[in-house]
Amino acid sequence: MARINLDHIRHAYGEKPKSEADYALKEVHHEWNDGGAYALLGPSGCGKTTLLNIISGLLQPSEGRILFDGKDVTYLSTQQRNIAQVFQFPVIYDTMTVYDNLAFPLRNRGVAEPEVDRRVREILEMIDLSSWAKKTARGLTADQKQKISLGRGLVRNDVNAILFDEPLTVIDPHMKWVLRSQLKKLHRQFGFTMVYVTHDQTEALTFADKVVVMYDGQIVQIGTPAELFEKPSHTFVGYFIGSPGMNVLPASIDGSSIKIGEETLTLDYRPQVAAGAKTELGIRPEFISLSREGMPVSISKVEDIGRQKIVRAEFAGKPIAIVVSEDGEIPAEPRVTFDPAAINIYADSWRVGREG
Amino acid sequence: MNKTWNNKAWFMVLPVLLLVAFSAVIPLMTVVNYSVQDTFGNNQFFWNGVGWFSDVLESDRFWQALGRNLLFSGIILSIEIPLGILIALNMPKKGLGVPVCLVLMALPLLIPWNVVGTIWQVFGRVDIGLLGRTLHSLGINYNYVNNVFDAWMTLIIMDVWHWTSLVVLLCYAGLVSIPEAYYQAAKIDGASRWAVFRYIQLPKMKRVLLIAFLLRFMDSFMIYTEPFVVTGGGPGNSTTFLSIDLVKMAIGQFDLGPAAAMSIIYFLIILLLSWIFYTVMTSSDEQA
Ligand SMILES: Nc1ncnc2c1ncn2[C@@H]1O[C@H](COP(=O)(O)OP(=O)(O)OP(=O)(O)O)[C@@H](O)[C@H]1O
Ligand SMILES: [Mg+2]
Repeated sequence: MARINLDHIRHAYGEKPKSEADYALKEVHHEWNDGGAYALLGPSGCGKTTLLNIISGLLQPSEGRILFDGKDVTYLSTQQRNIAQVFQFPVIYDTMTVYDNLAFPLRNRGVAEPEVDRRVREILEMIDLSSWAKKTARGLTADQKQKISLGRGLVRNDVNAILFDEPLTVIDPHMKWVLRSQLKKLHRQFGFTMVYVTHDQTEALTFADKVVVMYDGQIVQIGTPAELFEKPSHTFVGYFIGSPGMNVLPASIDGSSIKIGEETLTLDYRPQVAAGAKTELGIRPEFISLSREGMPVSISKVEDIGRQKIVRAEFAGKPIAIVVSEDGEIPAEPRVTFDPAAINIYADSWRVGREG
Repeated sequence: MNKTWNNKAWFMVLPVLLLVAFSAVIPLMTVVNYSVQDTFGNNQFFWNGVGWFSDVLESDRFWQALGRNLLFSGIILSIEIPLGILIALNMPKKGLGVPVCLVLMALPLLIPWNVVGTIWQVFGRVDIGLLGRTLHSLGINYNYVNNVFDAWMTLIIMDVWHWTSLVVLLCYAGLVSIPEAYYQAAKIDGASRWAVFRYIQLPKMKRVLLIAFLLRFMDSFMIYTEPFVVTGGGPGNSTTFLSIDLVKMAIGQFDLGPAAAMSIIYFLIILLLSWIFYTVMTSSDEQA
C-alpha cells in the first residue's frame, strides 16, 4: 500500500548506451497512486516487463529514482521493497507440493503456521485448486501452473504493490473472467497498488481505473478507457486501442482548414502546429458516417462481424475503415462525413489539443 | 504409419555386430573360459567348475582389496560431489570469466591418467618433489612411500584434483539451464540463499549429479593407473585395489584362472552397485 513515484527513470540493458535507441526505457516519469488499479498496455518489446522489474527492484535503472510514499527506494532490494510480482512465464517450484508453493513466500517471511494455513487455503479456494493441495507441482498443466504462479503473488496481503505481467495468458476465458473479478475483490479489500500488464485491450479496459499505454520505451498516454478512445494523445494509441484502430490520414493544415488529398474540411478551432511538422488527421471508424452525401470514397471490402459491419474503403488515396451498424445500408455511390467533434489532429504523431 | 519391412536392413547392422563381437564379447568369453578351467601347463586345460570363484570369494586378499576400493570410492565421492557443486555454484554465469573458468576446469581432465600419476609421484617425493620438500621443510613428516596415511592422502588429493572438474562441468551445465525467471521469482518470494539452492538449483542439477555420481563411482572403483604409478600398491598392500591385485595375479603370478574369476566378480560388483545407485536415485526422483 504505497504511492509509487518513478522519477525520470531511464534504462539500458547494455553497458554504455550510445544513442537513444540503446535505451529499453527512454524516459518514464510517472506517479502510481496509492491503491490504484492500473493496466499497462503496449506492443511486444516496448519495455513493460523492464518497467515492472525496475519497480520491484529486480533491475536497477540506469538513471532516475524510485520513491515509495516519498521515500527513496532506488537502492533497496526486492525483499525490502515488499512487492509481489507475477511473472510472464509461470514459475513454480516443482519439487514442492501445490500447497507448499503457495506457502513459500509466507514461510520465507516467518509468518506463523496457522496464518499460513489460513491464507493458503483461501488462495487455493480462489484459484480452484483445493483438491490439488497435496500433489507435487510437477506434471501440472500449463494453466494450473499459471494459477499457482498467480496465487503466490496474491498470498501475501501486506505488500506495497502487486505487479502482474500477463498473468492469465493460458487460462480459458471463463476462468479468466472469474479470476479477474476475484482480483478486483481482493484489490477492494486490501487496497494495494496494482499494475497489470496485458496485451489484451478488453482485459485492460475492463480491469483498470487507469490505462497506461507504452510505446517504444515511453509512456505515451495515461487515461481512463474513455479518454484513450476519444482523445488518443499519440497516433499509436489511436491505432492500438479500438478494433479496428483509428484511421490516421496525412493532412496539411492551414489555419482551421484541413486538406486531405483533394478534400478540404473546416474545424471550429485552429490547431497550433509548428512549421515543418508532419501533420495528420485521426478519426475513429465509429465516427465516420457512410451515406450519399459528403466526400467520395470507393469501397473495397465489407466485413460482417455480427452486430456491426466494417467497411474497408479508399479515401483520398488512403485506406480507411468505417464501422456501420448491422442494418446500415451501403449506397451505390458512397460518400462519407466525419463527425467534427471526433477529429483529432496530430503533429509529429502527438495530438494537438483544442486548447494549445 | 506404414512401415516398410525389409530384412536386408539387418546387413547394415552386421559391421557393428562384428566390431562389438571382436572388441567385447570374444575377449569377455575368453575370460569366462579361463575362469572355469585349470591347467598344469602345456596349454592343456580341464574343467574346474566354480572352483576359482569360491577360491577368490574365500580369500582375505580379495575382501581386503574390495574394502579398500569401497573406502576409496566413498571418500572421493563425498569430497568431489559437494566440492564440485560448490565450485559450480560460484562460477561466473556470464562475461569473460566463463571461458576462462571452463578452460581452467577442463585442463586436469585432458591429462592422461599415467601422466597424472607421474606428476604426483614426482610432486610428492621427499627428495626432489615440490610438495614433499615443502612439507618437509615445514616440519611435517610426509612420506607416501612408507606411510599408509600419507599414501592414501596423496591418492585422494590426486583424484580430487584430477576429477572434481568433471563434477563441476556437469553441475555447471545444469545450473546455466535454469531460466533467470526462477531467480527473480525467488527474490520476490523472499527465498534465502539456502532455499534457492534447495528448491531451484538442486532439483535442476539432480540429473547431471546422478550422471556425475555414477561416472565417478565406476571410474574410481576401477582405479588402476594412478596408484600403480605413485605407490605401486604399497606401502605393504595398503593401496592394493582390486584392479592392482588383479594385474598382479594375472601377469605377475600368471594365475589366469583365479584372475579371470576375479575379473568377472569385479565386473558384476560394479554392475550391481551402479544399478543399485541408479535405481535408488531415480526412484527418489519420481516420488519427489
Ligand atoms: N535481459 C535483457 N537483456 C537485454 N535486452 C533486454 C533484456 N530484456 C529485455 N530486453 C530488451 O528490452 C526491450 C524491452 O523488453 P521488455 O521485456 O521490457 O518488453 P515487454 O514490453 O515486456 O515485451 P513483451 O510484451 O514481449 O513481454 C526489448 O527490446 C528487449 O529486447
Ligand atoms: Mg514482457
